Amino acid sequence: MITIDAKGLPYRELNEKVREAVAGGETEIKLANVNGQRYIADAIDSPVQITIEGVPGNDLGAFMNGPTVIVHANGQDHIANTMNEGKIVVHGDAGDVLGYGMRGGKLFIKGDVGYRVGIHMKEYKDKVPVIVIGGTARDFFGEYMAGGTLILLGLDTGNNDSDQIAGNYFATGMHGGVIYVRGKLEDYQLGKEVAVLEVDDSDRQTIEKYVTEFAGDLGLDADDILKDEFIKIKAVSHRPYGNLYAY
Amino acid sequence: MEGQIHRRNISGCGLAGMMSEDGRLMGGEAIIRSMEVLHDRSNGLGGGFAAYGIYPHKADYYALHIMYDDVKAKEETDVLLDERFEIDSEEIIPTKKSEAIPKGPLLWRYFVKPKVDFEDCGLCEEDYVIEAVMTVNSMVSGAFIFSSGKNMGAFKAVGYPEDVGKFYRLDEYEGYTWIGHGRFPTNTPGWWGGAHPFTILDWAIVHNGEISSYGINKRYLEMFGYKCTMLTDTEVVAYMFDLMLRRHNLPLEVACKALAAPFWTDIDRMKAKGNAKGDIYEALRMVYGGALLNGPFAIILGHTNGMVGLSDRVKLRPLTAARKDDMLYIASEEAAIREISPELDIVWNPKAGEPVVGELKNPVKKGSNKARELEETVA
Repeated sequence: MITIDAKGLPYRELNEKVREAVAGGETEIKLANVNGQRYIADAIDSPVQITIEGVPGNDLGAFMNGPTVIVHANGQDHIANTMNEGKIVVHGDAGDVLGYGMRGGKLFIKGDVGYRVGIHMKEYKDKVPVIVIGGTARDFFGEYMAGGTLILLGLDTGNNDSDQIAGNYFATGMHGGVIYVRGKLEDYQLGKEVAVLEVDDSDRQTIEKYVTEFAGDLGLDADDILKDEFIKIKAVSHRPYGNLYAY
Repeated sequence: MEGQIHRRNISGCGLAGMMSEDGRLMGGEAIIRSMEVLHDRSNGLGGGFAAYGIYPHKADYYALHIMYDDVKAKEETDVLLDERFEIDSEEIIPTKKSEAIPKGPLLWRYFVKPKVDFEDCGLCEEDYVIEAVMTVNSMVSGAFIFSSGKNMGAFKAVGYPEDVGKFYRLDEYEGYTWIGHGRFPTNTPGWWGGAHPFTILDWAIVHNGEISSYGINKRYLEMFGYKCTMLTDTEVVAYMFDLMLRRHNLPLEVACKALAAPFWTDIDRMKAKGNAKGDIYEALRMVYGGALLNGPFAIILGHTNGMVGLSDRVKLRPLTAARKDDMLYIASEEAAIREISPELDIVWNPKAGEPVVGELKNPVKKGSNKARELEETVA
């Protein structure tokens, strides 16, 4: 294992050091004193484990293809942008636009998240991205979602002090994939393109599988979380705008 | 051509603010370090700061910070100022030129008091000062008053914020509230006057985003005598707060709801449920329609008695807040806060359109000197 001290390093220098370590065959890298450096682990193509101490900057794990990244702090915006494979675990809250266009791998956030989480996630054959949020989410959760799995748990694990598990415009424009919510949503919160359904046995298996892994990674009690009712949100059409411009 | 594409600069403005609600004075070095973390959000075409509590020995005077293109502009301005104000003192604002900021306009600071008897002129003292600022900024070519409050000051330039802070030697000032900005201009020129903050009286605004409703807001403000002269959308926000908070005496939360108004669908739902807030928001949107800010924004407002953070109602720009003991921090990124306060009591991402409010525990009495004297006599 190698430790890189990120204190005062501009993001380019820090990321060059990480790439050098990966090229040199390191399998475990610890980044100490990180504070705001952008683009960490971006596009790294091997199954290295990167542990981050401090708050990583925006676009953590963009285009990432294999690594496991563990953040022992809050995350900022744009985590897992267009991520392809691997896993990111954040032991805190995170910001807006997480998992934008994500196409594979897993993103686990222990606490609360901001706006537009899971926007335009997609899937193809065996590439099915998964995001699990421990706390609450703000507006536009799963906006334009085209594939993958989003799970929102609503636990009291974050700092946003929200009185709702999710905000408005939930899954607006969704046309693929599935969202599970541990709790209830009001009709007015939902986008026009989705319906709320009951979970079946196959859904329960999916939820159990990912929640167990999530709880294991973050030191939470999976059985306790799984005791409660979940709902399923799916698109009513896979082409909601197919007739929009057809007069 | 290929080189051009690869040189694309991925940016967005950066904001940071810090306030001691106890009113403790802090040097300017911390806000500079905080802004330095946000370096990559700006592109060197504008940086600036506002600080409160920095002129305690002249707290009763309006501190005018003025940039002049040349001596002629100063001479013309001095005539206008002499007509309107008792000038207690004037001096060159101390700066330290560096490779990063090798030159700039002439930078002057005046401490002034209005010359007139307000019972005769029909204006209140603050409106008189605003009229003077607007007159200089619109009439004198090459002169801009970029700061006009009491016991506060704005400092801004073309450059990266950390370089601007060092250029103005902000480590030599002490204030209880500091706000900072790094600019990435998209629609309007990167010039010294166009750097943030934008101020009028003690209101100072730093802004990330773009006010798409600028035209509507500008025309609305012009009806109340404000002149928009800085070539940049953000200045309307400073005047809007002056109009609503000082002249119309609206509570801060209400003014913020006029700027980032709830959607009509949400108002309808509140009304259907019998929630009186629905009626208030409906009235507010009807009366203050011209104050609605459309488009993406995150702003920090500084003023004598506090600091406020606010984002647009669908959260198109980042804003994070934190508290530690008597300190309130607001910034575009948590990292900017952690840099100057690694341990925090709480850090959170505020809800879109909901203001984050810091207030001095012992507020400074505002209003004109005359009104305050009267109040003290009565007491």
